[in-house]
Amino acid sequence: MKRNLPSLMFLFALLILWQFGAMGMNAAYILPSPTGILKKLWELREPLFTVHLPATMGVTFLGLIISVILGLFLAVVMDCSKWAEQALYPVIIASQTIPTTAIAPLFVLWFGYGIWSKVLVTILMTFFPITITVFDGFRSSKREMEELLISFGATKKDIFLKLKLPAALPYFFSAIKMAIPLSIIGAAIGEWLGAQSGLGYFSRRMMTQLDGAGVFAPIVLLSAVAMVIVGVISMVERACIKWRKEL
Amino acid sequence: MLDFKDVTFQYEGEPEPIIDHLSFHVDPGEFVSVIGTSGCGKSTIFRLINRFLEVESGCIQVDGAVISGHSSKQYAGYMPQKDLLFPWRTILDNLTLPMEIQGVPATDRTRRATAMLSEIGLESYENKYPQDLSGGMRQRVSFARTLLTESDLMLLDEPFSALDALTRIDMQEWILAEWEKHHRTILFITHDVEEALFLSNRILIVEETPIKRLKSIEVPMNYPRKREYLKQPDLIDLKETLVDQLRKQVIL
Repeated sequence: MKRNLPSLMFLFALLILWQFGAMGMNAAYILPSPTGILKKLWELREPLFTVHLPATMGVTFLGLIISVILGLFLAVVMDCSKWAEQALYPVIIASQTIPTTAIAPLFVLWFGYGIWSKVLVTILMTFFPITITVFDGFRSSKREMEELLISFGATKKDIFLKLKLPAALPYFFSAIKMAIPLSIIGAAIGEWLGAQSGLGYFSRRMMTQLDGAGVFAPIVLLSAVAMVIVGVISMVERACIKWRKEL
Repeated sequence: MLDFKDVTFQYEGEPEPIIDHLSFHVDPGEFVSVIGTSGCGKSTIFRLINRFLEVESGCIQVDGAVISGHSSKQYAGYMPQKDLLFPWRTILDNLTLPMEIQGVPATDRTRRATAMLSEIGLESYENKYPQDLSGGMRQRVSFARTLLTESDLMLLDEPFSALDALTRIDMQEWILAEWEKHHRTILFITHDVEEALFLSNRILIVEETPIKRLKSIEVPMNYPRKREYLKQPDLIDLKETLVDQLRKQVIL
């Protein structure tokens, strides 16, 4: 708590500034005040929490799970084969130069308004940090430790399982913590561009009604959910990797 | 036990070989120290024995067989300068690591590692992690792990260089006791002349780089040894001679 105090104080100061700015501007359809957003969040709690939040979380988690599987697979393949690394790495980098907002409508065109167009946007945004960070994790293992294992008679498989995999674990957690906010953003972008439910869709609908607080309410909810999930992952990480400083 | 026969090795990009037609022999059960200044090529000798590097010409034999002909790496146990304990493994799991790789059944490797922990006086630490141990304890575990490779030849590469002076003295006495108990052949790299004198039957001195020969000196001291033996006049003279030889190699 003491460690988070400066950031909480800074956030509180920003909110105060925002509150007074919004009150001074007096145009809630352009800049709603934080208290106005909270009020709207409370008023809209029923559709937001029971319909749209579960829809967005469904897309987020499905996209995240597929990204983790794909990212780990690509990282392992690139670590095992120099040829695969040379073939895949530039393509993976290139995939991140595609503007998500430009490709997302195409996904809607190809896969319709169902869940999969949104899941694809999420995957496109999240598999990259997972792949690259975990791959870096595999390469971070100490050469001397690898040589020690070789002196014990270790095979490549032994080196991977007993050294590279555990050494990459802190990197994996960092990747997940990066991927969670990105997956939520990806899901929201996908919903914004074409969906029948979800917080992104809801925010867009409020936009058409010039309801500023209604646009912000789902955004605040998404941020809060992202922070809670990252916090939980950080707790799991601290419990699993007490040896991080030893690396 | 160990034979270097006319071995030559050159690092890529270097103008001349670091080891040039080197030959030497170590008998079974000997404790032999290799001393030389930093960067003279001592550790390259270990890297060649471990086959982290491949000789360009000549051959290295362990127990009469060329090392490239050994089916596995179990001909030599290696203890590097840093303890290299795996931080995600408990002390017991670190000890079982070489046996896991050799395919020793789980119950057998746990039994042997537990017995080894008792032997090194760390039985209460089996479920602790390396970060919970002091530098000296970590080096004991690292040495025990090398013993558990069951190799008759042990290569110890400046294992105590990172320890404080008092822990270092304790560890030297401890390792000597362990060697007398297990009767393995030890090749020990150090740049500490007193350490080499206290521990070894014989000292091999790297006099020049490229290493063409190793000057062999018998240590005139019987086992079991005590530190005060180092105060004997002949050992003090020998120490001075060795220090003088090494100082000549140091380029200031």
